[in-house]
Amino acid sequence: MTRSEFVALLSALFTDRQQHEVDAAVHTIFQHLAQELGKGKRVELRGLGSFGTRQHTAHVGRNPRTGEAVKVGEKYVPYFRAGKELKERVNRRNHGMNQHCVSELPSLSEPH
Amino acid sequence: MGTITRADLVELLQKENGFSRQEAVDFLEQMLELFIQTLEREDSLKLSGFGTFGVRSKATRVGRNPLTGEEALISARCVPFFRPSRFLREEVNRKRKEKGTSA
Repeated sequence: MTRSEFVALLSALFTDRQQHEVDAAVHTIFQHLAQELGKGKRVELRGLGSFGTRQHTAHVGRNPRTGEAVKVGEKYVPYFRAGKELKERVNRRNHGMNQHCVSELPSLSEPH
Repeated sequence: MGTITRADLVELLQKENGFSRQEAVDFLEQMLELFIQTLEREDSLKLSGFGTFGVRSKATRVGRNPLTGEEALISARCVPFFRPSRFLREEVNRKRKEKGTSA
């Protein structure tokens, strides 16, 4: 689903405002989150999860295609850690009910 | 350093988008619910300039209790993932590069 599809669905739920206002609000939120993560802040949204940055030290990596060694400088990497509710709902709903996910599972699975 | 929470986003929507407090609270509530529902349906969510959220299925595997070292079977499951966009990955490094000693 793209952002515009998400906004269309959201504006059907949130009828107080017009679609372009809903779009602007979604934009405000994610732009703000990106900015604050850029400043090194953490974001914690109960139910959804938390965002933050991790510092990766400089290391020698490899170009996966050529196998060549490449120096990778120290850098910050954004991460997302799913919250309890998101994890549980994604797993409950999909595992066992959704054919797509189940079809990807190897046949040896079973223990629950 | 402070952590951004729901309350900060409510304030932000009031300030930037002219929402009333109640509107902002409702909006966030509905947005986060739709967000979770989207992933529940195993659809991915692409937010340009931020990243992509999606669901991956994991096969059964043998794990270890980190506390006791005991082996345990971890059942197959679906887990949410996030892949930050190029923009976000750059944003996170942009300002801090300057002051650090980083290469």
